[in-house]
Amino acid sequence: MSVTDVSPAVVVVGRAEDVPPGEGRTFVADGEQVAVFRLRNGSLHATQAACPHAGGPLADGQTDVDVLVCPLHQYAYRWSDGSSTSGAAPIRVYPVREVDGDLVVTV
Amino acid sequence: MTMTQTRGILGARLAGASTLHLDDDLDSRSRLVVVGNGMAGARFVEEVLERGGGEQFRITVFGDEPHGNYNRIMLSPVLAGESSEDDIVLNSHDWYADNGIDLRAGVRVERIDTAAKQVHAADGSVTAYDHLVLATGSYSWIPPMNGVRTDEGELLPGVYGFRTIDETRAMLEATSRCTRAVVMGGGLLGLEAARALQGHGMHVELVHAMPWLMNAQLSREAGSILEKSVEELGITVHLDVLATEVLGSEHVEGVVLKDGRRIDCDLLVVAAGVRPHTDVAVRSGLEVERAIVVDDQLRTDDPDVYAIGECAQHRGSVYGLVAPAWEHAKVLADVLTGTNPDAEYHGSRTATKLKVAGVDVAVMGINTPERDDDEFLVISEPKRGVHLSVVIRDDKLVGATLLGDTRKVAFLTQAFDRGAPLPEERIRLLVDLSDGAGSAHGELGVADMPHDSQVCNCNGVSKGDICGAVAGGCGSVGEVMDRTRAGKGCGSCASLVKQIVEWAADGDLAEDPAASWYVPGIPMPKPELMRAIREHDLRSVSAVFAMLAPGGKDDAKSKMGLTSLLKMIWGSDYLPEKDAEFINDRVHGNIQRDGTFSVVPQMKGGVTTPAQLRRIADVAEKYEVPMVKVTGGQRIDLLGVRKEDLPAMWNDLGMPSGYAYGKSFRTVKTCVGSDFCRFGLDDSTRLGIDLETRFQGIESPAKIKMAVVGCPRNCAEAYVKDVGVVAVGNGKWEVYVGGAAGASVRKGDLLATVEGRDAVIALAGRFLQYYRENANWLERTYDFVPRVGLEKLKLVLLEDGEGICAELEAGLQRSVDAYRDPWGQDAEEPATPGQFRPSLPLVALPKVSVR
Repeated sequence: MSVTDVSPAVVVVGRAEDVPPGEGRTFVADGEQVAVFRLRNGSLHATQAACPHAGGPLADGQTDVDVLVCPLHQYAYRWSDGSSTSGAAPIRVYPVREVDGDLVVTV
Repeated sequence: MTMTQTRGILGARLAGASTLHLDDDLDSRSRLVVVGNGMAGARFVEEVLERGGGEQFRITVFGDEPHGNYNRIMLSPVLAGESSEDDIVLNSHDWYADNGIDLRAGVRVERIDTAAKQVHAADGSVTAYDHLVLATGSYSWIPPMNGVRTDEGELLPGVYGFRTIDETRAMLEATSRCTRAVVMGGGLLGLEAARALQGHGMHVELVHAMPWLMNAQLSREAGSILEKSVEELGITVHLDVLATEVLGSEHVEGVVLKDGRRIDCDLLVVAAGVRPHTDVAVRSGLEVERAIVVDDQLRTDDPDVYAIGECAQHRGSVYGLVAPAWEHAKVLADVLTGTNPDAEYHGSRTATKLKVAGVDVAVMGINTPERDDDEFLVISEPKRGVHLSVVIRDDKLVGATLLGDTRKVAFLTQAFDRGAPLPEERIRLLVDLSDGAGSAHGELGVADMPHDSQVCNCNGVSKGDICGAVAGGCGSVGEVMDRTRAGKGCGSCASLVKQIVEWAADGDLAEDPAASWYVPGIPMPKPELMRAIREHDLRSVSAVFAMLAPGGKDDAKSKMGLTSLLKMIWGSDYLPEKDAEFINDRVHGNIQRDGTFSVVPQMKGGVTTPAQLRRIADVAEKYEVPMVKVTGGQRIDLLGVRKEDLPAMWNDLGMPSGYAYGKSFRTVKTCVGSDFCRFGLDDSTRLGIDLETRFQGIESPAKIKMAVVGCPRNCAEAYVKDVGVVAVGNGKWEVYVGGAAGASVRKGDLLATVEGRDAVIALAGRFLQYYRENANWLERTYDFVPRVGLEKLKLVLLEDGEGICAELEAGLQRSVDAYRDPWGQDAEEPATPGQFRPSLPLVALPKVSVR
């Protein structure tokens, strides 16, 4: 990101039905790879797509209301702030919302 | 490794290594010479070094064998192929060099000039000493038999003692060309040799001169029960008869028994006992009776000559076990280094626990009552191969024999060693009576042990030492064993060490009730959880969370275990939820470190065809598969496949999934079997294919690997599988369970020998279902089987002791019926939108290197 580009981008990455309940899918938003999750309670979450530990595909991870678990080494990351429950490096989380059936991510 | 020059020498130094020696004249240390580099001699040197003796003494060690010091107790596992030679090295040549010890390996000592204080060796060398320690051990006694030796006095080719690594190697080598073995001697060594040779596929007969097996340790009754267990293994036992003649002129061809019977063999193992090596002492004029006579400070009748271990006779006793030898080593090291110049040895009370031919045996003290008022309690269950007895005198335990069931050995050893008070109900010495205290009994045993009671007899490690190691930060049984050396001798105390470590570490763990839960997110042990699922008719993972989790909250790390459990309970009536599955199960492949997947088609029993191979080759080329690898499970792995390519690949392959990714039944390895192999006793490939057909895709608490072999040569490693099947001829198969050869290595336990392929499939199915219903999540069979106990498994699965066999079979059948090949299923239409969409589409990621 260059110093001149400071304003966040608001991007429609896909449709809500692209992400099945409890699962995640990866999208590209303004050049960033973002994993978007829809939990069974209806809430939406978005994180960076690859885990900082070993480049694991986070969208393939398992979820619950508190955390996302990376499929490669089972590190868990909190939705609230992206921090790891085991003290590993945190992941980035992005604001995401649903607007008229569209998934809107702010990166 | 560049060890060609020194191959064959255990614990050898790398070629080119050398050691600097101080000039003798400049060294003011006194000269300590040890004759004998076995378990006593080398341990003595260690004890001296531990007491700072390296500063006091210039140490020279003579060893008859060219090797470093190795664990002689472990020769049986080496012969059985269960341990490797390298595993049994205790002190390598490097260790001697590093500690400044002059090791004269392969140099035999001829005599000692006690007047001049010099050792004369066979290589002509003369070595002066200030203190001399004889630790010459024992040799295999060869009973007088016509023809056992050649005219030159050597043993007839094909005849072996069982005492050294060289003899063990020679026998191992002989197993490849010999088919029939006779083992002479029904003591511990003979039984172990017989079992080991039988494991190599040999026909084994055992000849014992006494009326029952292990007569030195066991009563007649216990001996007969052991005999039955040994015969069940397929070893023929001849008791109460001597062999009088060995046949064959160039090589052994058989033996003739005193009653005229002839037994043909091409291998003869003589394990008829050992005799102390006393030649050197006799030639040197020392006092020798049955062995070299020593006083309470292990001193011979020459004030500067000592004897320890099996060559020493103390207060009339000669010991043939390692523990007394190591006690000798400690006392003598105390005396010579001045650490405790008054240290004395007062004899050993010997308690041994061992595994003989697959049967657990523990013996201590006497095995039958000797006085009129001795109390004697016996529990004998010949059918189960169990015989337990205790002898009590004046309220003290003076003897115990445990055969086939050694669960009470910890308490009994304590009671025997220390005269601990005995329960009034004497039967509690031998069995746990259910009185509400129930399962806590075993733990009480550990908790009640006095702090200074010895746990590892080989290495003299006390309960206090183990607790100290735990308190000092050792976090695992392995670490404790490394730190304290507990369990590093014969290994028989390993389970007790584990119990104590768990007990000692319990302070923190005890407060964690989650330890008993099946998964962390639902506060219930497995049986309770299964009942609740059935009771509330919960058919999906989200329904389980909603009904049973605190606050109805889901838990990511519980989902996979719950999915497995629900599939088992409901079969095809389970409501699938993709998000409750691990990614491997969502896309039916094993995720790799770069986010790609591996594709392993089913290849039942490891048998394939040219057409199948051609198709795999075509697919690999078409999808530019970076690596094609033959797996350990006898299949072909296509690695580095992109997620989005998976469905098309499956279509092109047209083969079912091999389930190489799931916590499920994986594969059945087989050997060539009877179709082509000239040793094969039965059709192992056919049975392997049948087993794989029956169990394909069945989910389980952890992965399940099976193997079938056509003879006990075990080419497909059936002894170390979750379920291993071994043909033993005449349509009979041995079924082993709980084996492993991964991070844990464990030989499976023999569940039963059954007749016919259908019986194998039925028994394997019962076991599999019992495991599925009762094992904890991710608990492999190698933990499950010992936890439940082989006897329990036999009772439930063979005798239907709980009346659940029909239920088990129905449960398994439900899962068999629910099987659908996932590749055929999802290849047509994705289960969820974007099931095969790439999750790491654009950036370059760390890649597995492509060969």
